Amino acid sequence: MDPPLWVNALIATISLGFLGLFIVAPLGIILHEAFRAGLHVWWASVREPDALAAIRLTLLVAAIAVPLNLVFGVAASWAIAKFRFKGRTFLLTLIDLPFAVSPVISGLIFVLLFGLQGWLGPWLADHDIQIIFAVPGIVLTTIFVTFPFVARELIPLMTEQGSEEEQAALSLGANGWQVFRRVTLPNIKWGLLYGVILCNARAMGEFGAVSVVSGHIRGETNTLPLHIEVLYNEYNFAAAFAGASLLAALALVTLAIKSLVEWRSGQA
Amino acid sequence: MSFRAKEFSVLPGFNLTMGYTLLYLGLIVLLPMAALTLKSAGAGWTGFFQTLTHPRVMASFKLTFGTALLAALVNVVMGTVVAWFLIRVKFPGKRFIDALVDLPFAMPTAVSGIALTALYAPNSFLGGLLLKLGIKVAFTPIGITVAMIFIGLPFVIRTIQPALVDLGRDLEEASLTLGASRRQTFWRVILPLLTPSLLTGFTLSFARAVGEYGSVVFIAGNMPMKTEIASLLILTKLEQYDYTGATVIAVGMLLISLVLILIINALQNWSSKHLAT
Repeated sequence: MDPPLWVNALIATISLGFLGLFIVAPLGIILHEAFRAGLHVWWASVREPDALAAIRLTLLVAAIAVPLNLVFGVAASWAIAKFRFKGRTFLLTLIDLPFAVSPVISGLIFVLLFGLQGWLGPWLADHDIQIIFAVPGIVLTTIFVTFPFVARELIPLMTEQGSEEEQAALSLGANGWQVFRRVTLPNIKWGLLYGVILCNARAMGEFGAVSVVSGHIRGETNTLPLHIEVLYNEYNFAAAFAGASLLAALALVTLAIKSLVEWRSGQA
Repeated sequence: MSFRAKEFSVLPGFNLTMGYTLLYLGLIVLLPMAALTLKSAGAGWTGFFQTLTHPRVMASFKLTFGTALLAALVNVVMGTVVAWFLIRVKFPGKRFIDALVDLPFAMPTAVSGIALTALYAPNSFLGGLLLKLGIKVAFTPIGITVAMIFIGLPFVIRTIQPALVDLGRDLEEASLTLGASRRQTFWRVILPLLTPSLLTGFTLSFARAVGEYGSVVFIAGNMPMKTEIASLLILTKLEQYDYTGATVIAVGMLLISLVLILIINALQNWSSKHLAT
């Protein structure tokens, strides 16, 4: 009892039109603007010193934030998924908290903590430590906004898997670390990869929160998204979209890996 | 609160992993959040209300919450159509299109922001076309709504899809067999069963849109009183070193969102009790 053909055709037309307008067109215009002036202009924009500094900073921030949140995510999901304890739901809510806080407010809370008029501001100033408007602030804020990704992916997965396999391994004489490496890790590897990929995409792409704490010093505290903003506001569209095309490629790779992971875990 | 394992478990590592979880959570999330709460409390009630009732703040709140509600509404309607298309209609390349739905989620917000602006600016192809029809999108509330539709879309579609799969075709076919028309079946059978998921999708899209900054700020135009969103106003206050003002606006935003989300949750409870039996 499928609906008449014209109904399906109408639904398909509306859906494809809407997705085309809201998803394909923005993606298309990034590529169009990035390469409009030719490949050499794109290449020159990407290799310009400030752009390179921005790319380096973005990679550095992700290289610190992602492993830290990965370790936290694995530890938290081990404690939460493999054991039953009071306050479990409450703890889950707290872990989700950074998702509920909007980007600009996420940046704001770190300014309130480490800024000049903030809690620790005077102490930090006395000891000549700069966090806000410097790289440490960017790293901390990025850790905050990407905090839940890995944990959120692993907790449901590990809860569903239970702990029978781990118990069996223990009774056969494996120690805790061996159990984790040989039994748990192979079971969660796809979920872990998925969480890390999402965490990394957000860490490299975060804009609002980082914008608040960065100070926008060219070549020093501008991550790639912030560098794109500066170029765009200077009407240097070719360079802005060249940078944007790099981040768009990152988003597409993220989606491809996500599809791959879903496909693999669907097969298992 | 004591986080001690309730039942005896043979697995090792609870104290280590739980201790690390609590320490990391406390340092990265709870301590900074406490700073926010205390700072806004420092403003006092009078300061709190004076800041929030300032015309420029009121205008930005009306704009932010108004456009976010409108965008969530559009997303629920269009998201239902797209989800239906992805679940029920057979076509080639379905997996590919389904994967693309997550693009707004994976794309850095600043990139989405400049892309949407380039797409709808008056001198662009699409923007120029719409301008001839008398619709100015970029640098108006319409543009802000467009950006909010973009970022909220995956949340709505991904909420409705599993609900549509669960719904199956049995009830629909039963309704049709019993003589109901397709229209009646949609309004009386399918829609009531989908309502709880539609409301969840609405809430997610709305919550994301209210706090959104990167994808909105480029297309907004950022004229005070007209196209200035609340997130931008917080940044402006910070740039003027008005930490208290920025914090009060942030807490005001969080409180209004919280109240609206509680209302939607209440509606959802009611609908899942009364509609989906």
